[in-house]
Amino acid sequence: MRSYSNTYIFIFSSIMVVSVAAILSVAAMTLQPFQKRNVEINKKQNILTSINIESTAQNAEELYDKYIIESYAVDSKGELKEDVDAFKVDMKKELSKPLEERSLPIFVSSLEDSKQYILPVYGKGLWGPVWGYVSLENDLSTIFGANFAHKAETPGLGAEIETAEFQQQFFGKQIFNETGKFVSVSVVKGGTADPNSKYEVDGVSGGTITSNGVDDMLKDCLSSYEPYFKTLKNNI
Amino acid sequence: MSEEKEPLFSGKNIKLLTEPLNDSNPITVQVLGICSALAITVKVKPAFVMAVSVVFVMAVSNVVISLLRKTVPPRIRIIVQLVVIAAMVILVDQFLKAFLFDISKQLSVFVGLIITNCIIMGRLEAFALSNKPWPAFLDGLGNAAGYGVILIIVAFFREFLGSGTIWGYQVIPEGFYDFGYENNGFMILPPMALIVVGVIIWVQRAKNRKLVESN
Repeated sequence: MRSYSNTYIFIFSSIMVVSVAAILSVAAMTLQPFQKRNVEINKKQNILTSINIESTAQNAEELYDKYIIESYAVDSKGELKEDVDAFKVDMKKELSKPLEERSLPIFVSSLEDSKQYILPVYGKGLWGPVWGYVSLENDLSTIFGANFAHKAETPGLGAEIETAEFQQQFFGKQIFNETGKFVSVSVVKGGTADPNSKYEVDGVSGGTITSNGVDDMLKDCLSSYEPYFKTLKNNI
Repeated sequence: MSEEKEPLFSGKNIKLLTEPLNDSNPITVQVLGICSALAITVKVKPAFVMAVSVVFVMAVSNVVISLLRKTVPPRIRIIVQLVVIAAMVILVDQFLKAFLFDISKQLSVFVGLIITNCIIMGRLEAFALSNKPWPAFLDGLGNAAGYGVILIIVAFFREFLGSGTIWGYQVIPEGFYDFGYENNGFMILPPMALIVVGVIIWVQRAKNRKLVESN
């Protein structure tokens, strides 16, 4: 077998790395606009699922324009942030900021002669982030629909939060109690939720950390909208 | 080595293409690449896309390595092979994300894991490094197709029995369900892929006696 000098090996690897890097960057840059659009459509589909509208990649934009009548962002004191595009807000970035500086997006939809308020939520699962959208009815307390997704939860366990069975448990639950105090909806240990309670749902058995993640996510994200809901209620 | 010009589809070359489909099938005979066969064979469509992705990655990397075979220093050949495979896989992944977003979500990490599919590295090391580009291309095509065919067969049975659909279309008539027919939920779980692969190996060996080990 021919032997190669170290210099040759170094030159060979440098050329290889540089040319591969060049090919991949060109590919990534040409494909990026298509990928961005897919992510956008996917986001619209997720928002639509949270108000229980089924959509496909083809009709998502059309349905989104039809049902979502407004979108805006507020700050933690409940005041409108005029210069923020709610759709472009990245929840991950917002949550790393202190509460006072966060932009809190709200999407308003119109269905069944009533308005729904769709709020994005974002938190931690076991292996990676979990996120989703929760829609509230006009009373700003009853959950109209919910949609959760995850990056890398265990299939069959934590990943069950993505299923309709898990999400349907949230329908009709309340995030404020009778006295108007914020209580969120607790995700409790699988099988132990009180069926009469308006504030509890069953977690996923074997997916405790993911379930707790959803629980924390709802508490953290929904509570920051409380001041805004107060002003909104006063105006009605 | 003879300098005689060999016809493109000589008997030897055809064999490179057809052998991996049966006699030296990567999954059922060499038992390689099983993990991805378990993970992405719930439905036919993702299995098909996975098969096509592997065919592309394997054929292209085989050709690239074969073209470079006289310049690759043996001491770093494994790294070179990995870089070539990884680059192809990233290209496929980016392409799927741009044009087949739904399927790319279903395949999730498994596209990335094509890099670790031992069939590909195995063929680069065993064949492409010591053969000309055209046979290497055929060999890559054949082995990836042998892998893909099994994926699609497994996915066919799992989707048919597990969901009552093929390629997402309902094939078991609604009427059957009224008479108490139910989809076998067990087929959707990964262990059943292993059992289906086992049954395929059994059927293949029953037909092809020379694969049966004598002991």
